[in-house]
Order: sequence, then C-alpha cells, then structure tokens
Amino acid sequence: MFATTVQKESWHIVSALVENKPGVLFRVTNLFRARSFNIESITVGSTEQQDLSRMTITTNSDEKTLDQLVKQLRKLIDVIEVKVLDTDKTVYRELSLIKIRAVDPTTRSEIVNYATIFRGNILDIGKETITVEITGTPDKIDAFKNLVELYGIAQLSRTGVSALPRGGVES
Amino acid sequence: MTGAKALIQALEKEGVDVVFGLPGGANLPIYDALVDANFRHILVRHEQAAAHMADGYARIKRKAGVCFATSGPGATNLITGIATAYADSSPILAVTGQVPLAMIGKDAFQETDIIGVANPCTKYSFQPRSAAEIPEMIKKAVYIAESGRPGPVLVDIPKDVQQATVDMKFPELIKVRGYNPNVEADLSEMVRAVELLLNAERPIIMAGGGVILSGAFSELQALAELVKIPVVSTFKGKGAFPENHPLAMGPIGMHGHAEANKIILEADCIVAVGARFSDRSVGKFDEFGKGMSIIHMDIDPAEIGKNKSVDVALVGDVKSSLRTLVKMLSKKMIKKDSDNPWLKRRKELIQYYAETLKDYPREITARKSLKKLRELLPANAIVTTEVGQCQMWASLHFDVITPGTFFSSTGLGTMGFGFPASIGAKAARPNVPVVDIAGDGSFNMTENSLAVSVLDKLPVIVFLMNNYMLGMVAQWQRTFYNRRYSGVHQHNCPDYVKIADAYGAQGIRAESMHELEKAIKAALKSDVATVIDIPIDPEEDVYPFVAPGTGLKDMITGA
Ligand SMILES: Cc1ncc(C[n+]2csc(CCOP(=O)(O)OP(=O)(O)O)c2C)c(N)n1
Repeated sequence: MFATTVQKESWHIVSALVENKPGVLFRVTNLFRARSFNIESITVGSTEQQDLSRMTITTNSDEKTLDQLVKQLRKLIDVIEVKVLDTDKTVYRELSLIKIRAVDPTTRSEIVNYATIFRGNILDIGKETITVEITGTPDKIDAFKNLVELYGIAQLSRTGVSALPRGGVES
Repeated sequence: MTGAKALIQALEKEGVDVVFGLPGGANLPIYDALVDANFRHILVRHEQAAAHMADGYARIKRKAGVCFATSGPGATNLITGIATAYADSSPILAVTGQVPLAMIGKDAFQETDIIGVANPCTKYSFQPRSAAEIPEMIKKAVYIAESGRPGPVLVDIPKDVQQATVDMKFPELIKVRGYNPNVEADLSEMVRAVELLLNAERPIIMAGGGVILSGAFSELQALAELVKIPVVSTFKGKGAFPENHPLAMGPIGMHGHAEANKIILEADCIVAVGARFSDRSVGKFDEFGKGMSIIHMDIDPAEIGKNKSVDVALVGDVKSSLRTLVKMLSKKMIKKDSDNPWLKRRKELIQYYAETLKDYPREITARKSLKKLRELLPANAIVTTEVGQCQMWASLHFDVITPGTFFSSTGLGTMGFGFPASIGAKAARPNVPVVDIAGDGSFNMTENSLAVSVLDKLPVIVFLMNNYMLGMVAQWQRTFYNRRYSGVHQHNCPDYVKIADAYGAQGIRAESMHELEKAIKAALKSDVATVIDIPIDPEEDVYPFVAPGTGLKDMITGA
C-alpha cells in the first residue's frame, strides 16, 4: 500500500562496536526483526578492549535500507560505533564446517583433493563421511559447497563473516 | 541503605515530585521505602493508567514522569502506556519489581521477562544485579529518557536487590558511552536551507511534535513571521503554533484541516520541523512532496530519509536549529509583502472551506460543542483527547491558542489514554483547567481513574461526546463496508452521569447547547472531576477524510 521505489540490493558488511554486556545481542537482533531488516549473517565476539564486543553483520540491502539499518543501530544506547565497510578495503573471512557423504574411495580422494586446492583442512574422516573446514570469503565457501554438493552434504555449519578494515590502527 | 531506599533517594535527587503506581509482592520493599519519601504517590486503579498519567505529566512538565508497578501482571499492565509514550517520544520512567535474582528464569510466580516484553517500546532498560548499582542507573535512566529524542525507560529491580543493604554512592555526573544526544546541525546544510528558503515562492512550515518536545514555540513563531510562511502542523504538532495566528493553518493528515491538506500540496518548499512524515500525516510517502524541496529538522538522525528523502537535513535540537536559521535568514531577508499571492492563497482556501464545509444538521454537534468549549476555556487550559472521532473532531474544531497545551495519543492511538493522561497533566500544572475530549468507548476503558481524580484532588473535565458507538470504527464500516455494522454498538450502557456519581465526581448531561454552556461553566468551578455527557448523533461523520493508502490530494471533504 505504501510501496516505495524499488532500489537495487547489494551485499554489505556492517561492523559495529558494542558494549560487552548481557542483552546487547538481543537488542540488536530484535531491532532487525522489528524493522524487517534482512540479515544474512551476524557474528559477535570479543575485541582488543575487554568491555567491547564487535558485531559483524552481512546483509543484502538497497542503499536506503542500509542507511536506515546503520542509523537505527547507532541509535541503540549500547552501540558505540557503526561502520559500513568498503569490501575492497576490508579483510573478511568466514569459517565453515562441511560434512560430506563419502563412502567409496574415489569420492574420498576427490574430496581430499578439492579440500587441498581450497586450502581447507580435513577435520574428521568417518565410515561414511568426511568433514572439511574451509575458511575464506563467503564466495569461496559457496564455490566449495557447490563443488561437493553432488556427493551429498550431510551437515553444514557456517560461522558468518568476521571483518576488519585493512591497514591503519582505527578501532 | 537498602536498594529500595536508594531508589527513592535517587528519585528525590532527580527532583521527582510525584509517582503514579500500584504495589504488589515484588515491589513491597519499594512501597515500604515510599512511606518516607518526600514526593507524592498517587495510587491508581490499573497500572495502564499509571503509565498514562506519568506520560501526561511528562508532556506538560517536559521532564520524566515516573510510574511504579509490581512484577508480572503489574508490569505487563504498564506496557500499553509505555508503548503509547514510546510512539509519541514521551519521557517516562517505569520502575517495576521483579522476582528475586535466584528465581529469574525459573518461571517463578509473577515472573515476566518484562525487559524482553518492553524492548521494542522502550528507549532503554536496566536491571540492577546489586543494590549498589541503583543510584547510577536511576540517574542514567532519567538522563536517557529526557535527553535527545525523549522516550520511556524501564528499570526492573529484583526484590532481593531492593532489600539488600549496602553502602550507597550517589554519582553527581554520569556518562553513557555510545549515547550522544546533543548534536548541532551542520552549518553547510544550514546555508543550503537559507538559500532554499530565500528562493522559495510558496514555502510552508510543517510543525511536528518535536517543536513541542523541545519547547521551540517562540523560535518557530520567529521563523514563520520573519519569512511570512504559513504554518501547518502534523497532528502530533497540533498547538506547536498558536492556531489563531494569522499564519496558522492547522493540522494536515488523515483528518487534517481541508485548507492545510490543500495548501501543502501547492507549496514549493516544505520546512518540516521535528516531524517524521508519518503515513497518518502525509498519506503516500512517494507522492507527498513531489517536485518540492524539503528541509527536514529533527533531533533523531534515524528520521532523516526514513519515510521521505529530503533535500536538506538539519540534525539537532529544533530549538537551536531554528534559532540559527532565523539568525542567518534575518541577515539576508528581503521584507516580504504581507499580502503576497501565497498568503492571499492561504486566506482564500480558509474562506473557501469555511463556506463549503457544513456542520452536521443537529442542535448539538461535535463542531458546535467544541467551539463552545474553546469559547469558555481560558487560553492556557490544557486539553488532551481520547481516540476516534472525538480525537479528530478535537483536531478539527478545537483551536489551541497557548502553544504546548494540547496532546493526544497520536502515534499509537491508544483508547483510554486521554483521561488518565489529563490527571497526570493536572498533577503537573494544578492551576489550569484540564479537559479530556473523550468518546464513550475510550472513556470506558480507563474511567476507573475517576477514583484517582476524586481522591487525589486532581479535578479534570471529561468532555464526553457520547454516541454510544465505537464511532470511528462505525464510520469506517459506513464508508468501506457498506454500513454492515459489526461490534460497534455500546447500547446506551453505562449511564455516565451515574458512573461519575458513583465515584463521587460530578456528572452532568447536556442535551442542548444551552445546557452544555451551563455544564462547562459548572465544571470549571467544580473542585471534583466533572463528566459532561453530551449525547451526539451516532451517524455524525468526521470530515475531511484522507482514506488510508491514498494521498492528501484524494481528500474527501464530505461537502
Ligand atoms: C485500545 C484500542 N482499541 C481499539 C482501537 C481501535 N479504535 C480506534 S477508534 C475506535 C472507536 C473509539 O470509540 P469512542 O472512544 O467511543 O470514540 P468515537 O470514535 O465514538 O468518538 C476504536 C475501537 C484503538 N484505537 N485503541
């Protein structure tokens, strides 16, 4: 009824420094839900300062939505600082654990090969599965996933993106 | 000192002079400490009313209103009031009791995760885990509630934390990292605003609630008079500008004044002051303001571009932004003619609609009774409203003369808000008459506050436009559902004169304009609350009307 002009969506990394105390993650995620922001991943962890955590959020949003997301985040009392990271000037990584079905020896050696090419680690080999760890950009993980999908993925777990700006010493 | 005592002292140090509330198991220690407090406690009959009273108090005092409730149902009863305050950026401080720390998360008796429940409608919330934290938390809570864009803050105190005895330190200064409410508008944006205004031929001011929150009345008037700009308001901003001023046009929006809705579409430059371009005010976001330049002043950066992209954004307290803008403009301003075509157009529109929009044909109508009320009330009387037709009639037919003396639940549209809020306003400013312009359905929701009004000697006037209908819903059913009435009849129940009587208040039925005049005069003299029951025709509609999902240009005037 109140549709606004449709804008092009693209992928963004938003980095937020937040108070390291109970309830902050809840406030942030509740905000995203209440305002229907579409979040792809969110990671939270400790930083160089004991009382601060860093949240890294990835989202597919148009410029207008991204602007609102950043402003609404900044408005939260527990959020100290919010930045949209320029992906060209940012190092970002995601870790994934992929358990692939692998019974026959050919499959097994193929998977090990692929994992080597992707600089992954074999974490576990069972009777019917191999578990590989791939760390990299989300694209790289997607590529590996697509490659091994034909064998059958039994389980998959991704951490979401963690990111820092390149160079400099800013927080 | 106990945590409960520390709470009371911290509130005293903040200058709190009244608290509205109701006790229960989880806030007994607080109520015990309250016995020795140097401020007043007003016992409500339902916690929702406590929150509304704190809200009404806050809107008049422009500082935090405080309410108390116990855990569980007491706390959840506050929620409608908290959400109402949140939607209208009103600073209230809600203090709830909570089950003891060790019981939290165990689904204890009367345990509700009230911080979780209230999260979407609070600016912030605290839960002290030790009594020593209380003084600082209260100071922070009041600071956060009142500063920047105001809003409700919740402090949820576990019972054992209230009881614990520790050495207390009351901080003089507090700092909330990550919260910087004091921003000044960007100077380069200010320069662009000046340029736009100097070049505009048909500028218009749209005054929002932010003007009232910031008390920027004289600054707004200075801008309007300097540039000779007609002033419309949003409904929340009603009364930000004296409605009898030669530049005033009244509120725009779904039930705005016809001339206001019309003129804003003809403007070439809109100065939105402390307004948020809500759907209620502007209709369709995309359509509104097309081809015009928009200058947006607001203290909340997140409002910039939220509903409407703007040309110039002045982020900061509107009082200070307006001051700077006026100063810069007055250096450059070429005196505009008082009867330039744009101001002539203003007059023309007002006159046109005054002649076209006819009153409902009946001896006693909403329009006539509200005009009479205005005539008999002093300029500085405070007026609040319930929700529905009564509210929109108030917006249309009751002119606010002294800025900042009108408020309503504009954002949430909470039926039952007006009456308790009027009692809160009376507590804040006891020496002026306070009137709640009410519909029967709304008044019915919180009428038990009559007990508070009578017992605590806060006599207010309930101006009850009684159609024994959920009138606004009935109007929509007439308009959009082919008169298929569903769930709107109140069947002449209850008798509001008897209700008033039962509480020891004064009830007067006014069935003619003459009786109404007598009733208003009697109410103004009364030292108890007065309910003036004014039977009106249930078929009387509110016009103009901008149907939802349409634009201001699609306004139906009913003429
Ligand atoms: C708490 C609440 N419930 C329901 C509504 C929906 N609603 C909006 S106006 C209205 C009718 C109000 O009736 P009344 O107070 O008698 O005022 P009138 O419209 O008749 O003037 C209703 C039910 C609301 N706004 N608030």
